[in-house]
Amino acid sequence: MTSLLTYTFKNLPNTSKWALRFCMRPLSSSSQVQAAAASQTKSKKTLAKPNIRNIVVVDGVRTPFLLSGTSYKDLMPHDLARAALSGLLHRTSVPKDVVDYIIFGTVIQEVKTSNVAREAALGAGFSDKTPAHTVTMACISSNQAMTTAVGLIASGQCDVVVAGGVELMSDIPIRHSRKMRKMMLDLNKAKTLAQRLSVISKFRLNFLSPELPAVSEFSTSETMGHSADRLAAAFAISREEQDEYALRSHSLAKRAQDEGLLSDVVPFKVPGRDTVTQDNGIRPSSLDQMAKLKPAFIKPYGTVTAANSSFLTDGASAVLIMAEEKALAMGYKPKAYLRDFMYVSQDPKDQLLLGPTYATPKVLEKAGLTMNDIDAFEFHEAFSGQILANLKAMDSDWFAQNYMGRKAKVGLPPLEKFNNWGGSLSLGHPFGATGCRLVMAAANRLRKEGGQYGLVAACAAGGQGHAMIVEAYPK
Amino acid sequence: MVASRAIGSLSRFTASRTLRCSGYICRSFTRASALLTRTHINYGVKGDVAVIRINSPNSKVNTLSQELHSEFMEVMNEVWSSSQIRSAVLISTKPGCFIAGADLNMLNACTTSQEVTQISQEAQKMFEKLEKSTKPVVAAINGSCLGGGLEVGIPAAFDMMLTGRSIRADRAKKMGLVDQLVEPLGPGVKPPEERTIEYLEEVAITFAKGLADKKITPKRDKGLVETFYLTEMTSYALSIPFVRQQIYKKVEEKVQKQTKGLYPAPLKIIDVVKTGIEQGSNAGYLSESQRFGELAMTKESKALMGLYRGQTQCKKNKFGAPQKEVKQLAVLGAGLMGAGIAQVSVDKGLQTILKDTTLPALGRGQQQVFKGLNDKVKKKTLTSFERDAMFSNLIGQLDYRGFEKADMVIEAVFEDLSLKHRVLKETEAVIPDHCVFASNTSALPIGEIATVSKRPEKVIGMHYFSPVDKMQLLEIITTEKTSKDTTASAVDVGLRQGKVIIVVKDGPGFYTTRCLTPMMSEVIRILQEGVGPKKLDSLTTSFGFPVGAATLVDEVGVDVAKHVAENLGKEFGERFAGGSLEMLQQMISKGFLGRKSGKGFYIYQEGVKNKNLNSDMDSILASLKMPSQPDVSSDEDIQYRLVTRFVNEAILCLQEGVLATPTEGDIGAVFGLGFPPCLGGPFHFVDLYGAQKIVDRLRKYEAVYGKQFTPCQLLVDHANNPNKKFYQ
Repeated sequence: MTSLLTYTFKNLPNTSKWALRFCMRPLSSSSQVQAAAASQTKSKKTLAKPNIRNIVVVDGVRTPFLLSGTSYKDLMPHDLARAALSGLLHRTSVPKDVVDYIIFGTVIQEVKTSNVAREAALGAGFSDKTPAHTVTMACISSNQAMTTAVGLIASGQCDVVVAGGVELMSDIPIRHSRKMRKMMLDLNKAKTLAQRLSVISKFRLNFLSPELPAVSEFSTSETMGHSADRLAAAFAISREEQDEYALRSHSLAKRAQDEGLLSDVVPFKVPGRDTVTQDNGIRPSSLDQMAKLKPAFIKPYGTVTAANSSFLTDGASAVLIMAEEKALAMGYKPKAYLRDFMYVSQDPKDQLLLGPTYATPKVLEKAGLTMNDIDAFEFHEAFSGQILANLKAMDSDWFAQNYMGRKAKVGLPPLEKFNNWGGSLSLGHPFGATGCRLVMAAANRLRKEGGQYGLVAACAAGGQGHAMIVEAYPK
Repeated sequence: MVASRAIGSLSRFTASRTLRCSGYICRSFTRASALLTRTHINYGVKGDVAVIRINSPNSKVNTLSQELHSEFMEVMNEVWSSSQIRSAVLISTKPGCFIAGADLNMLNACTTSQEVTQISQEAQKMFEKLEKSTKPVVAAINGSCLGGGLEVGIPAAFDMMLTGRSIRADRAKKMGLVDQLVEPLGPGVKPPEERTIEYLEEVAITFAKGLADKKITPKRDKGLVETFYLTEMTSYALSIPFVRQQIYKKVEEKVQKQTKGLYPAPLKIIDVVKTGIEQGSNAGYLSESQRFGELAMTKESKALMGLYRGQTQCKKNKFGAPQKEVKQLAVLGAGLMGAGIAQVSVDKGLQTILKDTTLPALGRGQQQVFKGLNDKVKKKTLTSFERDAMFSNLIGQLDYRGFEKADMVIEAVFEDLSLKHRVLKETEAVIPDHCVFASNTSALPIGEIATVSKRPEKVIGMHYFSPVDKMQLLEIITTEKTSKDTTASAVDVGLRQGKVIIVVKDGPGFYTTRCLTPMMSEVIRILQEGVGPKKLDSLTTSFGFPVGAATLVDEVGVDVAKHVAENLGKEFGERFAGGSLEMLQQMISKGFLGRKSGKGFYIYQEGVKNKNLNSDMDSILASLKMPSQPDVSSDEDIQYRLVTRFVNEAILCLQEGVLATPTEGDIGAVFGLGFPPCLGGPFHFVDLYGAQKIVDRLRKYEAVYGKQFTPCQLLVDHANNPNKKFYQ
């Protein structure tokens, strides 16, 4: 089995169609050589700006990302978030009282812990004097947590901020129907027996039908998978291309896991269960196996399947962000600088998942870099079709001219620098926690593979998108 | 979600159904030069699938013409005879249109029912061949697909056939009319429309292959009927002739009730379906083509086709594009009309300020707009999100803030000249120079309103009809001073609001109110002569009016009716006389203002469907009773007394130049006042039924009542010269 997988992987870059289609540069056998060559031709030596504080990521961790309904299924979100915080404390040995502020991102909120950042921080033993808040911005919630931290530090309000994200899809708040809720609230207010009876008399059986958290886009009522399928069709991306990309993601993730590259993962002893040490969604399969699956959203002719989509995931992540001088004063060796970032938004119906296409050129221009300056791309993989659509859009003059107001195409990120350690398709995608994983993956890759600049990009529900430049901290 | 695309597999509409409405898909075509190359259809083969692309040259829509028809048969014969081809896909390369509806010009060009029957039969043959195709044919439908391909034959489907309803794609799928839906795509590396068609073709080819390889089986177990209406039990019941007879009877009764027997088509359709079911499909086909031929020659058909053409004309801006497109609209007065105007503006994306003077009045208007939009959410034609986005185009306020940016102000304050003057002056003090000031009034002459204006060239009348969101008509009134650009701007806004527009000259009552008033006067006289409101209502509706005459007074509002009758009575004198205004006066003093006050001729209660007569009216009616004139009081006479006064006044409006064209007269009467659509409007009515007959009627009533019935000169001219027609 293992040999088969290795075989698949080894052959992947040469045989797969996408490699040919996108006219990739040939894979270099030594990434160091290439990185060294690249760094000599950077547009800018550093993105440090005069009179603006340098902001660094000291380090970051995440719990293993697990398929929903597996080992984390009996936990609550703040338990996972606490695990990430504890892991970060352990990894960085940062004194708890140094932390000025804590911010977490999350998407589906557990109503009991709506400010999950605060509940997790208290449980993790942070000082009760350290304020914490929770942000939400769909799949870029923890990106928002990190950039909020950047804002707090850059404006001099804070020196040390912990940013993170959490999602527990194993348990989601399912509500009573509005009618039932109304009746229950009325019942609460009713004083006399007669009043109570009159409220109860209004009860109808259909009040009992539950209300699930929305899986579809509120503004368009379309589920994201459906939109992804239409997007793939709009860019004429075949089922085979999507399956191949998904296989690549799983194969790369598997290799990264086997080689111990996913160093941001911290083990988590789940109460009542065994210690979880690694992600459990990485399952490289074969194209034949994948081809057997039926479309998951547009039936029967759609192209998006369970195998080429990211799966429902439980997980949490956290990063320690500091002002550079503070980190140095405390004796840290930071991993990376957080540099320019950008949020974009567009039509939530037909361009729901094209955020990276819009955000990438903008953040590059803002930073004064070009695509060639980037040594590590970390793009959020919601669906294979979505990633491939973004790549095609970035490679299309027509799209750039007609929808982005640009004269020419953005350009294609070279695939040999793209999500080299797997992505959301294989590692998993706990909505609120993915952003921190992307940043840490970029930072760790730059350290490991060499290179100076990393680009993180993600799409999010609501037709929003985000990109950020991560600059390696000089060794 | 605009799910306007559908894939339907024609091959699946087989055997069990008996009949199709094929007639409607016929279209005429100019004979192109006899080139051997095909102009409407090209086809290519992908693998073992023939892809037949329909693209009629020089036309926005594809049309099933004789040419297309013969080319199509040619192609299909090649498909059927080729051993390489195992299935076919039928697709249009025009975005948004598969095959559009009947070309009325072609049907018009036919002079006999035989010609129409012939056309219908040709289409039937083509469809029969398609139906019996041995190779699967998948129709990939992108956008409108009218008439053809829809096969019906069982009573449960009657509703659709009879009322000509449009079916959204998702409903069509549920009903089993189509098998798969393909949703429109967004932008990719080429224009979305182009890619969507490509994608549709790709999906259709997959289906065609699947069908040919028997990988996909046509699932018809839950077809049109079963899904919606029938259980096994009722399926069984339908096989019993007696049960079927009962169903025919029931449907016929319902149709009779709805059409009052004024529209022949629905009954003939039932007849044809009956023939198809009882005597087999061949008899059904024959009967269908014959009935279709007959129907095409009826007066009703001519009248309705005329209306259709008129409506198309009145949906164009013949004054050209305005210099400055209206982006910011302001509506003064949040009453029924003002809020209605605001509603039809905001739901088209027009930024609209709604201003009133008090918070409760404004709130009522805002609620009306919200309710109007929310009702569409309940009917699922809007999502709640779209509603919210539309509603946010509305700004409610009590002051003139923001009017400096308004491009057009429409006032809909009470019908009081001094109030309108005050509002005009106030508004002109705050609006920019280019801003158009439009007055929504049903009778006050625009010229008089404009007397206080600093810039009368920017003043125009926009007469909306209540309820604004339902009534299609907009009557635009120009004074001699109104500039052409102002008119162009008003028409442009009206068209964006989705209105059918007539442009008339200023004068008391303009066109619509002026036609209605003499008829209303006659209504009162008829009531005074002892005909009860219910009887009067039934006489008018059985003539084809959608709303009975007495009910109409209640709907318009008794006070409004009196106000108008008084004003126009002063202007036009004896010709507008008839019933006594005293009746309206007494009703007003008792508070019987019609629907809005809950009482008029009838009693109106929230949630009560069947309205009862207002018994308090008896004393008023009794006190004003006049002797009836037995010579002119038969049911038919009463109907014609009403209609001829209406028609005579309409023709006088054309004679005097208030109306520019008869078309606008017909459209205004039908869409604004509910003139019987089966008669096609007053001018079609005169053309189709003969001016002489109408003059004869008028003379008869003139002898009894005098001047009110004197036919106008233009009508007399038409009667004297039978070759003279309003529509040549």
